[in-house]
Amino acid sequence: MTGGHVHPQSVPSAEGRQVPAARLLATLAIAGAASGLLVVLVYRLTLPAIQRYAGQQVEVAVREVLRAPARWDTLYLVQDRLVALAPEGTDKGELPKAYLGRDAAGRRTAVAVTAREPGFQEELTLMIGFEPVSGALTGIKVLEQKETPGLGDKIETDSAFGNQFPGRIVPLRRVKLRTGSDPSEVQTITGATISSRAVIRIVNNALARWRPLLTAFDRTAGR
Amino acid sequence: MTTALAPTAEPLVPGTPPPATVLQDVWRGISRENPVVIQMLGMCPTMAVTNLVANGLAMGLATTFVMVGAGLFVSLFRRHIANEVRITSYILIIATFVTLADLILAATFPVISRALGPFMPLIVANCLLLGRAEAFAAKVGIPRAVADGFGMGMGFTLSLTTLSALRELLGRGTLLGFPVMGASYEPWVFMVLPPGGFFALGLLLLSVAWVGGRRKRNVQAR
Repeated sequence: MTGGHVHPQSVPSAEGRQVPAARLLATLAIAGAASGLLVVLVYRLTLPAIQRYAGQQVEVAVREVLRAPARWDTLYLVQDRLVALAPEGTDKGELPKAYLGRDAAGRRTAVAVTAREPGFQEELTLMIGFEPVSGALTGIKVLEQKETPGLGDKIETDSAFGNQFPGRIVPLRRVKLRTGSDPSEVQTITGATISSRAVIRIVNNALARWRPLLTAFDRTAGR
Repeated sequence: MTTALAPTAEPLVPGTPPPATVLQDVWRGISRENPVVIQMLGMCPTMAVTNLVANGLAMGLATTFVMVGAGLFVSLFRRHIANEVRITSYILIIATFVTLADLILAATFPVISRALGPFMPLIVANCLLLGRAEAFAAKVGIPRAVADGFGMGMGFTLSLTTLSALRELLGRGTLLGFPVMGASYEPWVFMVLPPGGFFALGLLLLSVAWVGGRRKRNVQAR
């Protein structure tokens, strides 16, 4: 397009001068690399503050799903085994964790774990409180979601949905309308079917994964 | 719009914006080319986040940050970006600034960041940004591009803040979270819900059109 008349909207066509593909590629590659560099830089600068806030959120959520325990212990999942102390040299923040809620006498009341799986458009992160032996839930809380505003985000904003979970027993089954008193039924939200289904799936998968781990931990630790 | 690697003289693009001072560029975005009440661009975030003043203000400022950054870089590289890949490049520049804004907001105001949720990344899709990059920033020098981005961003912020102030005041009886309507005030919850957003926007557009029409008649009468 140096010299020669070119229409402003012209798309590369068979006739006329064309920009070499290598140049187009170079433009995008340089722009992409510069953009990536900038994003990584700011990501690293903002990470500590973001993680600090996430830690506070986790604490609030643990307290909520464990129904205000007197205190709780943190277990770390290392090589498919739960341990009370993270081994030296591992990053505690990266390890999957289970929070053991205890009452004032030190007895275990329930366990809270986080679980992350795809929702409708992005991954959902849930905090799930449950009693490992009976498989009864004590509560769930959405930690992070990017579901459709006004529809899918009701899994977080509609308290009637979240309030169904305490007392429910896994494996959960989804129903359009709760009829009987079956303790495994969870009613999905109209307009948020896929998001509700995702929550139910995440809870079922998380308990299927964590209950055996906790049983094994109980055996070795002698409760 | 040249293909040579070395920058050449100022390109003569059809539709080059008429000359104006930097101040005029800023003022235009706030007033007679206001993105929301005149151009009606970026309506999706406008409707979605204006339920609280804090949210509207944060969305407006975040968009301003992205508009200024994108305007700067689009104008800076306007003679290096080949015509065929310009839209991709503009989107890349915009997306970079949106990601930066998202991270910075999450680190500094986590509560607002959470309230804005999916609307922060969606600033990329705000047609105001690509529109100004293509129609303005790609055709003018850096000072004007930045001025236009800032003006448009301020105009967007002003409209969003006005709208959210109206909705929060009527819908909750508060402004920025502080109660202002007194204990006896019964909030119109309707106003913070989506239909209230359309209602408030309608009122805002109506009053802007009314004032604009009056001014025009006054000028004609003179």
